[in-house]
Amino acid sequence: MADNTGNGQKTNGLPRIGFYICHCGSNIAGIIDVVAVAKFAETLPGVVVSREYKYMCSDPGQELIAQDIKEHKLERIVVASCSPNLHEETFRKAAQKGGLNPFYFQMVNIREHASWVHENKAAATLKAKDLCRAAIYRVRLHKALEKRRVPVNPDVLVVGGGIAGIHAALTLANAGKKVTLVEREATIGGHMAMFDKTFPTLDCAACILTPKMSAVKSHPNITLWTYSEVEKVDGYVGSYEVTVKRKPRYIKEDLCVGCMECIEACVFKEAKVPDAFNQGLSKRRPIYIDFPQATPKVVVIDPATCINVKTGKCKKTCVEACDRDAIDFTQKEEKVQLKVGTIVLATGFKPFDPKKSPHYGYGKYPGVFTALEIERLVNASGPTSGEVLTRDGRHPKAVGIIHCVGSRDEKTNKWCSRVCCMYSLKLAHLIKEHSGAEVYNFYIDMRAPGKAYEEFYEKLLSEGVHFIRGRVAEVTDWAMTKEEEGKLVLRVEDTLAGFVRRVPVDMVVLATGLVPQSDAGDVRRVFNIGCGKEGFFQERHPKLAPVNTFTDGVFIAGACQAPKDIPDTVAQAGAAAAEALALVDAGFVELEPNTSYVLEEECCGCKNCIPLCPYTAISFDETKKKADINEVLCKGCGVCAAACPSGSIVQNLFEDAEIYSEIEGVLAR
Amino acid sequence: MSEKQMQPTEGSKPKGFEPQIVAFFCNWCTYTAADLAGVSRMKYAPNVRIIRVMCSGRVDPQFIMKAFAQGADGVLIGGCHPGDCHYSTGNYKCLRRMRMVQRILQRFGLQKERFRLEWISGAEGDRVRAVVNEMVEQVRKLGPLDLPGKMKKLDEELAEHEMHVEPAREAAHV
Repeated sequence: MADNTGNGQKTNGLPRIGFYICHCGSNIAGIIDVVAVAKFAETLPGVVVSREYKYMCSDPGQELIAQDIKEHKLERIVVASCSPNLHEETFRKAAQKGGLNPFYFQMVNIREHASWVHENKAAATLKAKDLCRAAIYRVRLHKALEKRRVPVNPDVLVVGGGIAGIHAALTLANAGKKVTLVEREATIGGHMAMFDKTFPTLDCAACILTPKMSAVKSHPNITLWTYSEVEKVDGYVGSYEVTVKRKPRYIKEDLCVGCMECIEACVFKEAKVPDAFNQGLSKRRPIYIDFPQATPKVVVIDPATCINVKTGKCKKTCVEACDRDAIDFTQKEEKVQLKVGTIVLATGFKPFDPKKSPHYGYGKYPGVFTALEIERLVNASGPTSGEVLTRDGRHPKAVGIIHCVGSRDEKTNKWCSRVCCMYSLKLAHLIKEHSGAEVYNFYIDMRAPGKAYEEFYEKLLSEGVHFIRGRVAEVTDWAMTKEEEGKLVLRVEDTLAGFVRRVPVDMVVLATGLVPQSDAGDVRRVFNIGCGKEGFFQERHPKLAPVNTFTDGVFIAGACQAPKDIPDTVAQAGAAAAEALALVDAGFVELEPNTSYVLEEECCGCKNCIPLCPYTAISFDETKKKADINEVLCKGCGVCAAACPSGSIVQNLFEDAEIYSEIEGVLAR
Repeated sequence: MSEKQMQPTEGSKPKGFEPQIVAFFCNWCTYTAADLAGVSRMKYAPNVRIIRVMCSGRVDPQFIMKAFAQGADGVLIGGCHPGDCHYSTGNYKCLRRMRMVQRILQRFGLQKERFRLEWISGAEGDRVRAVVNEMVEQVRKLGPLDLPGKMKKLDEELAEHEMHVEPAREAAHV
């Protein structure tokens, strides 16, 4: 460890600065000459200590800073290492430990922004010097600041009633927190409620899900709002104000017991509306319940098809049939306000639309199904009571399952949807079990990375299911031989055998991938969080903050973040609940002190800043004729500071003078 | 006079000219994207110096003027995509200002390629690479801007002018 401890160095009245550069093993030192940068830094005015160290974030590294502050009477600290998004807090604490105000610290990002993105050592070292100089110039101007403490409302909002939302809500409620669970559909359960069995254990989805659904309904700490959507979120971590739109279901939820007499009594003698829960494979009436275990077990009236809602001219036989007077056609859409401290988003996924891959013939050939349709077909409470039948009622003798539909595909989605290999294996097993058909799996790579997953694949291999390695080029009904007549033919290059095959089958199952919900873009704007370019919600850090978002107090869980299976979803939901609990149980949250304030004597009262603030934090004091910023409402974007023509708005941590000194610093060569 | 200021003025494109680009990236999207580019080990031109601001709306037009006046050959601003701003609308405010800045800069005689505003989300590390590389190449072709050098020259000319004017004025007074 080479270092300069010019203890006696005069600083000409400048604050005494300690400079530290991290090797980060070879992550930084492999490209940037850290010794040269440290030597360079010690020549800069004010720097009295300049050191390079293998791992600044390690305990000894942090201790070094704290020690030096005491020993060399340091007044400012600069650390050149990784992104402030990772270790800013670490080094602020180290400064604090040495007795300095934590904001007398500036971090230089020479790893993510230099050593990892450049190959030319000289150029990267030069860049590091420039960035370090800027930070040293800047830190001289830093001021002592205090973090703001705001109380955290202990109530939590969970959005989305799939398995992720259910698990998060239950975990929070069991910890004694009041939870509001908002679900868009008429029942909770999400996609898991549509599944028949779950891989690799083959336990039935309903058997493991419905107890949790009932627990949600009966939990004294959970308020369940189905058929509702979050419309607006205001406020900040610890005190969010949420507006929820509650759509009219035309049923008084507290009166309906789910006897379903009204459904039988509906003037529609025959069910005519495609049943969305059964993927359109069956029909329902305008008054319906999604599935027998729907929670809440309350019927719902579909306003798009109910004659009375549409025209007001109906005999209303349903009303007559209900002896509890639960049907109420006067219900209107309601907007309800809710105050919570934290939010868990678990809005799930949407299956890929196979019409976007027309060569597989979905929508063209009646024998082509999606995986979710097959889930319903093999389900005992599904449209065929568990019988595997083609749309024209035939028992298939051969079934082909095409993997990676809308996954790992340059033309549609590049990502692997993670669950399709496993659910295809499961469906292969179930189809074989239910129909005795020959089942062919057409796969690119078999991906079974999970506890007991590979073993499940082995089991399927031994069950006589066929596996053909190759991406199916086309599904066609064009028969070339007599055996192919009346069949669907899958054309595929068998990449293991090395020739092109034609496999005739009666039923094709498309293992559709997982894609973001169609309105994921709108949802994340409501909650002010980010999306990756594929449209899944962006986590704060892919490894170390997988359920946090860039908005404090908003957490994500389940397939809204990325495709994942049920065990991972539940684990993530538990993690999101724990993160919310950590905030709630602390009782307060500390906010960055980067808010803005008005220098009263300089404000000219022009009011330019007032309409710019998105949080209406700026008001005008009519008696003084000056603008005034409410620190509690200010979120610290600095838009007002940039707009103030008299320079009388100051943003803490990002003062004009600090940024100017940074500009000077990077260009001072 | 520093080494850089001694470089020839605009247009002559000296050999080995490395543009100096100052970038203002918003904390939530573009700064994160630059972090992502790093984590993904994407390689791009080392000519850019990133300064972190909380929101692209914090970028005061004076920051840009200051950067050029200090010797930057180009200024890049990165913010969240429209509609995605962490502070809901800061990037729109930035856009409004930067259109004005672009006009002013062009009236000052700066080529428009020297100033650029880009929307780069936190997931678009590859876009940071592409934008930086493209801008560095464009500015490299334009050659050094060297406003400090030009200003100095102007000051010298003015001083010399004064030298001639003052005695004449005094003579006239007498």
